[in-house]
Amino acid sequence: MIFDYETLRIIWWAFLGVLIIGFAILGGYDLGVGVLLPFLGKNDEERRVIINSIGSTWEGNQVWFVMAGGALFAAWPTVYAVSFSSFYFALLLALFAMFLRPLGFDYRSKLAVPAWRENWDRALFVGAFVPALVLGIAFGNLLKGIPFHFEDNMRIVYFGSFMGLLNPFALLAGLISLSMFIMHGAVYLQIKTIGNINERAKKCVIIFTIATLVLFGLAGVWIITLDGYHISSEIFPNAASNPIAKFVKREPGLWLDNYGHLPGLWAVPASAFIGGGLTLLLSRFDKPGSAFIFSCITIASIILTAACSMFPFLIPSSISFNSSLTVWDSSSSIKTLNVMFWVTVIFLPLIMVYTSWVFRVFRGKVTVEHIRKNNHTLY
Amino acid sequence: MISDAVVELSRWQFAVTSLYHFLFVPLTIGLSVLLAIMESTYVLTGREIYKDMTLFWGKLFGINFALGVTTGLTMEFQFGMNWSYFSHYVGDVFGAPLAIEGLMAFFMESTFVGLFFFGWDKLTKGQHLTITWLVALGSNLSALWILVANGWMQNPVGAEFNYETMRMEVTSFAALIFNPAAQVKFVHTVAAGYTTASAFVLGISAYYMLKGRDAAFSQRSYTIAAGFGLASVLAVIVLGDESGYTDGEVQKAKLAAIEAEWHTEEAPAAFTVIGLPDQEAMKTHYAVKIPWVLGLIGTRSIDTPVIGLTEILANNRVHIHNGIKAYGLLQQLREGNREETVIAEFESLKKDLGYGLLLKRYTENVVDATDEQIELAIKNSIPQVAPLFWTFRVMVVSGFIMLIVFVIAVVASSIRKSRNDWILKLSLYTMPLPWIACETGWFVAEFGRQPWSIAEVLPTFLSASSLSEWDIILSLSGYVFFYTIFLVIEMFLMLKYIKLGPSSLHRRRYHFEMDQRG
Ligand code: HDD
Ligand code: HEM
Ligand code: HEM
Repeated sequence: MIFDYETLRIIWWAFLGVLIIGFAILGGYDLGVGVLLPFLGKNDEERRVIINSIGSTWEGNQVWFVMAGGALFAAWPTVYAVSFSSFYFALLLALFAMFLRPLGFDYRSKLAVPAWRENWDRALFVGAFVPALVLGIAFGNLLKGIPFHFEDNMRIVYFGSFMGLLNPFALLAGLISLSMFIMHGAVYLQIKTIGNINERAKKCVIIFTIATLVLFGLAGVWIITLDGYHISSEIFPNAASNPIAKFVKREPGLWLDNYGHLPGLWAVPASAFIGGGLTLLLSRFDKPGSAFIFSCITIASIILTAACSMFPFLIPSSISFNSSLTVWDSSSSIKTLNVMFWVTVIFLPLIMVYTSWVFRVFRGKVTVEHIRKNNHTLY
Repeated sequence: MISDAVVELSRWQFAVTSLYHFLFVPLTIGLSVLLAIMESTYVLTGREIYKDMTLFWGKLFGINFALGVTTGLTMEFQFGMNWSYFSHYVGDVFGAPLAIEGLMAFFMESTFVGLFFFGWDKLTKGQHLTITWLVALGSNLSALWILVANGWMQNPVGAEFNYETMRMEVTSFAALIFNPAAQVKFVHTVAAGYTTASAFVLGISAYYMLKGRDAAFSQRSYTIAAGFGLASVLAVIVLGDESGYTDGEVQKAKLAAIEAEWHTEEAPAAFTVIGLPDQEAMKTHYAVKIPWVLGLIGTRSIDTPVIGLTEILANNRVHIHNGIKAYGLLQQLREGNREETVIAEFESLKKDLGYGLLLKRYTENVVDATDEQIELAIKNSIPQVAPLFWTFRVMVVSGFIMLIVFVIAVVASSIRKSRNDWILKLSLYTMPLPWIACETGWFVAEFGRQPWSIAEVLPTFLSASSLSEWDIILSLSGYVFFYTIFLVIEMFLMLKYIKLGPSSLHRRRYHFEMDQRG
């Protein structure tokens, strides 16, 4: 074993970030495209262009989401248990909506009946809109802390309700994630299409980039007064994972603590704004390929901003502060983290290599002519 | 304390969603391999008809695959949502194979499946064939890792309880991966998938032949399916090796329950072909027995006895009494007592801690359990026999019927002339059998593990999340509602494309398009 427990925990915190950002970037534009589908595609052929712009790669992109769940289970089992059981109905909603995606993509073009196709278009919209919103809402609630505590034997009991999840701050977070995915999807469509759809997508890039940055700025101001959490007892980063052995305090503004200690961190939210600005500009001057790189940076920075505020917290508890889950006390054993580290180090780069290759194979514009020519084989 | 109703409902939900997932899984596993075989033939012989076969069966594969992915998402979420104590208690061990499955298999399967469908004119023949094999490899690897996880639930090796973290932790990954229960399961389940896909292709090809359509296409498909199917069903039956049953009381209890072996018989034990198991009286009425056979199946020898349920109950009595002591010691440890004698005594008794937890269903505090409560826990420490007895027989009978069908199909396809209508009808009407066998097989495996979710470690009723009854009634209704609609849509599309047959490829050389051209 070349790493100690503390290092492995930090590495796994970073891996989780990589997977979540990976999903937000790759799955994110699929969701954005799904939300834009009914608005940018005015007829069946245009909608087929939009769908086929992501048709051959969305499936692989979605695995980043599955994988973030799997990694959470393996590396942060208690976090997985608490978050998934607490967000029961929110996740159920996201899950039911996500059901509609594989079916929408695969089944839509199997019949040439207009009503059939229109209903699948609606399904694809719902399947993108709901998860994009709900996942943001869930993240917003993580910042607020969720009402759970541990019984003896470490049984998790949740005291919240579904409606409780829909508080103003969380809704703001939901809107941020929705609009950033739409921004990202619009840039992507600008790359993949020509003519009308391209023009419309370009307008959406402007609207939703501005919306994303404004909402993000608003959340930043809100954070100043929002209750944050802080470990007030001594920290043992190499101790066994026992999340009820520490003391935690809660006060307004504590989520800015890390930024106070390490002013360099301000670069992260700043890069969200710079990235957003450049996305806007490059898209405006018809350089969507470069704009896409900056919308990726914007998304990554937004997620990292939240992560940096919360570190080392993963899930603060709003009713039993001391039960909060942190990087130091809710991970798997050192052995599991170590083995899974090696598995990830081998497979994640491999995945990136073959995924890039597949993207290369499918590079280039999707056009109405292309759809007509391959009428029977495309989505 | 969680109520029995919540546990009951959670179990129903898991059973419904996982059995539903497994309607699509075996076809994906098997058909991906069949597609790879068909495409290999195309690349080797250069004959277009094999490409058409790959394309057409690929379309049906796609329709099925979409629902496999959809329902798989549910499975991934469900452990955390509905079995949160389970997830906390064993995530250190159980999460790892699940995560490896994602990294090693899901990414590969899902990334390349897009290329399989849309990459035909973007790739060379050789590249596309490689892709198809990678999709097949991906789905088979996914089966491997999920079954390593499931095998560990049946036979939890390579892990130990840690009182500081209140959970199971890995001691040996090698033991986890080379778990005999997982190995056996993998071979049996993957071969079951191949059998399922073969029966699917066989039945549908027979349908075209009965209709007198697309002879060259359907005969070739029929022949490939017959050969591959015979090999697979033989593998399912012959490699249904029972070496996974040698460790742990739970697997022994499962075997004894399947056979309704109430009392240990002297080796070699007789096999009860059929009868009416009666759990109260602990005997089987109207039993028809064949001497020796159980001993041979169960232990592969004529002198090792198969342990009967009475003996297992007696052993469990000892385990439970030890478990109560272990639980008491654990309470002291959790309260901060670190005396060496306490730790040492706990370490020596902790392998029975799970048995102590069985009492949690009857009393919060375990150590104060009354004699009645202990008796109840002992009585309920083995699964119900009758459902296992019957479902097992349904699986086995399905297996032997399929064996006969595939033998006939292989003979029929090697002698062209003997392809009679009755053979084709038989091939068509036995098509549902592999699904019946797969579903009953999972029932045997999972219900036979009760009352445990992790054998001898974690009881099922403790595993559930602390949700309310209504939470689960709502989610379960949601699943049933959506899954029913999806199944209707899927069957509709399947049937439509099956009826169209290869004409759906618009190649202008199959049945319906020939009609149009007159
Ligand atoms: C023996 C095989 C097997 C078994 C027991 C299971 N699965 Fe499964 N699963 C597959 C074999 C498979 C597959 C063949 O790989 C699928 C089916 C169709 C498909 O698209 O991939 C799949 C799909 C699939 C997906 C979607 C993957 C994607 O996006 O590509 C997820 C998340 C899961 N499964 C998760 C699970 C979980 C958590 C299970 C445990 C209860 C489970 N599956 C049981
Ligand atoms: C897809 C194939 C599977 C099928 C058809 C299946 C079937 C079932 C059934 C019928 C039950 C209910 C048993 C009962 O409550 O009486 C069950 C329970 C359960 N199974 Fe499976 N199972 C499958 C795969 C798995 C796998 C691969 C895992 C773990 C990796 C797993 C974990 C569980 C758990 C946690 C429960 C709930 C606790 C319990 O009732 O034991 N299952 N499954
Ligand atoms: C004919 C002889 C057969 C025998 C003796 C047999 C034996 C078994 C046994 C003992 C189990 C329980 C495994 C456990 O305890 O975990 C099982 C499970 C299962 N069987 Fe069979 N089986 C046969 C045929 C079939 C056939 C024909 C199929 C499907 C085509 C099938 C599909 C399954 C599946 C999917 C499972 C659940 C996964 C597993 O536990 O491996 N079986 N089988």
